[in-house]
Amino acid sequence: MNAPEKKIGAPMNRVDGRQKVTGAAKYAAEYDLPNMAYAVLVGSTIAKGRLSSIDTKAAERAPGVLAVITHLNAPKAPGAKPAGKDPSQPQTVGSALQVFLDDNIRFNDQPIAVVVADTLERARFAARLVKAQYAPEKHQTNLEANKANAFLPTQAKKNPKSGAADYQRGQVDAYKTGALKLEAEYVIPTEVHHPMELQAITAHWEAPDRLTLYDKTQGTMATRRDFARQWGLPEANVKVIATYVGGAFGNALHSWPHESAAIIAAKVVNRPVKLMLTREQMFTMVGYRPYTWQKIGMSATADGKITAITHESIGQTSTYEEFVEATLGQTKMMYESPNLTTRYRLAALDVGSPIWMRGPGEATGAFALESAMDEMAFLLNLDPLEFRLRNYTNQDPEKNRPWSSKFLKECYQAGAERVGWNKRQLKPGALRDGEWLIGYGMGVGTFGAHRGSSKASAQLLPNGTVLLQSAVTDIGPGTGTAMTQIAADTLGLAPGRIRFEWGNSDFAQAPTQGGSAIVNTVGPAVQEACLALKDKLRELAAGGNSAFASAKKEDVVLADTHLTLTGNPTARAPYTDLVKQAGGTAVTVESKPSGEGQKVSMYSFSVHFAEVRVHELTGEVRVSKLISCADAGTIINEKTAGNQMKGGAVGGIGMALMEHAIIDDRFGRYVTKDLADYHVPVHADSPAVEVFFVNKPDPYVNQLGTKGIGEIATIGVAPAIANAVFNATGKRVRELPITPDKLV
Amino acid sequence: MATNHEPDVPANHNEDRRTFLKQSSLLTALALVPGPVVSAAEAKLDERVAEAIEQVPLSLKVNGKKLKLKVEPRTTLLDLLRENLHLTGTKKGCDYGQCGACTVHVDGQRVNSCLSFAVMHDGQEITTIEGLADGDKLHPMQEAFVKHDGFQCGYCTPGQIMSAVACVREGHAGSEEEIREYMSGNICRCGAYPNIVAAIQDVKQGGQKV
Repeated sequence: MNAPEKKIGAPMNRVDGRQKVTGAAKYAAEYDLPNMAYAVLVGSTIAKGRLSSIDTKAAERAPGVLAVITHLNAPKAPGAKPAGKDPSQPQTVGSALQVFLDDNIRFNDQPIAVVVADTLERARFAARLVKAQYAPEKHQTNLEANKANAFLPTQAKKNPKSGAADYQRGQVDAYKTGALKLEAEYVIPTEVHHPMELQAITAHWEAPDRLTLYDKTQGTMATRRDFARQWGLPEANVKVIATYVGGAFGNALHSWPHESAAIIAAKVVNRPVKLMLTREQMFTMVGYRPYTWQKIGMSATADGKITAITHESIGQTSTYEEFVEATLGQTKMMYESPNLTTRYRLAALDVGSPIWMRGPGEATGAFALESAMDEMAFLLNLDPLEFRLRNYTNQDPEKNRPWSSKFLKECYQAGAERVGWNKRQLKPGALRDGEWLIGYGMGVGTFGAHRGSSKASAQLLPNGTVLLQSAVTDIGPGTGTAMTQIAADTLGLAPGRIRFEWGNSDFAQAPTQGGSAIVNTVGPAVQEACLALKDKLRELAAGGNSAFASAKKEDVVLADTHLTLTGNPTARAPYTDLVKQAGGTAVTVESKPSGEGQKVSMYSFSVHFAEVRVHELTGEVRVSKLISCADAGTIINEKTAGNQMKGGAVGGIGMALMEHAIIDDRFGRYVTKDLADYHVPVHADSPAVEVFFVNKPDPYVNQLGTKGIGEIATIGVAPAIANAVFNATGKRVRELPITPDKLV
Repeated sequence: MATNHEPDVPANHNEDRRTFLKQSSLLTALALVPGPVVSAAEAKLDERVAEAIEQVPLSLKVNGKKLKLKVEPRTTLLDLLRENLHLTGTKKGCDYGQCGACTVHVDGQRVNSCLSFAVMHDGQEITTIEGLADGDKLHPMQEAFVKHDGFQCGYCTPGQIMSAVACVREGHAGSEEEIREYMSGNICRCGAYPNIVAAIQDVKQGGQKV
């Protein structure tokens, strides 16, 4: 038997492609359960204060209404805790704002009631009949006005080694005494994830103590743990299904108020309840990239060596959760700088909690750092690429450890060639095409190559198909496809004989999809489960055929209908016999990091090169070329990984040029309420992004050699565009987004 | 809501309107009755009145199948498809006609199904993503989306594909730039735009019948 063609690295079509192009893929609000009821939230119209009265009579009397639930009549979940008791609790998933526990209002549009009816139209109508009165208090929704109240996050106070703690090497704020220095402030406004699928949940109490959730979540197990705790149930009694997730970008890393509301509603009406947020509600209660102020001070020698960097940031959080992200991480390790100072602070405002948004804090920090690199190169009259090369790090200057792998120079070279960097002029505004000014810019990104522990299960089906299961979700990167390829290579089978099932908390436990860590973490578990299955099958076959007893698992071959051995085709054990044996064929393994990674620093790296055209009269910016190059270790699927890189780059265009959620501070309420006033990139904004992968395995992260793609696809894109705009126009925009008014 | 798959019979709108008016005057009369009487009648009467007047007959052909339905006039075409007919391939992404996830074909034209009421489409022919393939054989645009990986999460995909088919049929797929312009009503937050454009170009250049 010929070994099948290697699948790892191949540009295989997605295993769920057919489901997605035919409309058969079912998302959280698309399960048709008998006797379904519909829930619609009523939100507060003040940002801070108390609910003094709430009149639900008219809503209760409206046709089709089954229940109107408020803090006055909601059943209390045994484990429910009002928010705000300890905002420093880790917020990963588990301390979300739970609804209807008290009359406190903590942000505008906080759910104060949920209306449940037999149809969506009736629920929506009745929700408008709920009338609330408030005792408002003075709110704070503006970060700039609250910078003086910024504080060191509790986790940093408790643990000086925390990434959020102040960091120092060399002299404090040494840039101030540098001969050649710059000091600049940068602002990232609030940006909203806005996945195309609105946040949705279908909650179904199958018994008084058994809850099933069809939920938009990035972590089926985390959501299960959270709501099991909230309702005082054993985890086994809560099942979370998230087979298809219509994009998330971080927004489904947390449990949110509407999920609590739907579960309470389903309990009250004793029917399955479906709740889908409106686009307007997506701004207010399901997280966002926080408004962040940053300041960079940098000094360098005349020959382009950085001597000191100070990077400070103040990010917005809510009053009831301390949301912390790694805004200053890249600054600590990307460039050689003997003196380095970082200070990370939070300012608590009367808003909903933020949550990591693609690239998260690193993308925010990279906008400031990579813009400052461009500014310093300009001061030095140096090519920004050359400036970066002069400060390239061959080992991690933060931890003083070697890199597990770093091929960023290869990325620099590939990207520069592809974008036509040699056309770039040092002097801004030197290139034009009629009324369009042309500029080139670059931005670097990095993100930790994280790998955790994960389980995976495998079993043989009578027809020779191997069924693999994992609780992991696939929010769009193609996790299911990558795992199928890994299994195909490990088992020596065509991908058509692998069935990988995901997105169910009852499956083998796996981490939440996030932090670019899924292939790193679940990939090895799938591989090891496949090897364990081979060995299990060999053992089962040994009873009937002694050749299998002495064979090695590497020699086990899964033929079409039977198990056999390399070099011994007479050894045959039909699948139909193997699956009948007592105990079955199923194996579950847990794969953990080896610990070798402790000796090195593990990061993915990327660089993005942009060519922009800026209209000299209108200030319109068009991204005409975008080249994204990544050192992300082994690439499992060139097609889906390339798509992920392109998507991250498109997200970066949004960050650079258009995304801006605006609060009217007089009312503490968002004035951007939909996709007509919160702009995200559309087809016409997106060039044909070109992607380059180094595709060399990392020897430390895991046996597959992967490092992760999701975040580095976005980190560094916004500064690449901002730097290109400077090169085109000579105008340095330090406050995103770069809208035409800032250029004319 | 009832569905029934019998041959299409034109609905008697006049008769229905008369019933509606009669019921409406009942409501007006109720409004004039003193408060205590109304509260005595309680929600149950509201419910009965609502049941009687909220349903409007509607004939539609959906994916080639003739349907006779009764729907509330405030039900959008999108909600009718998703919640009543369980054709959940058509997606709700914004409900304001800004994202294109709900794109379907109405009498061959691409339409944001969230922006029109179902009752506005009486007698019309609706094609959704579920009606695009020929049995097990995918439509060339569906094939091209799979081949070029023109999606990630898949949520905007049905709308992109319905829009893409219309874009080619309209003659608006002549170049990359033209495709981008005429597909800009369909947002993909995963950012699979380059691959979507490649898929549409492939279909256009392949010259297959769409």
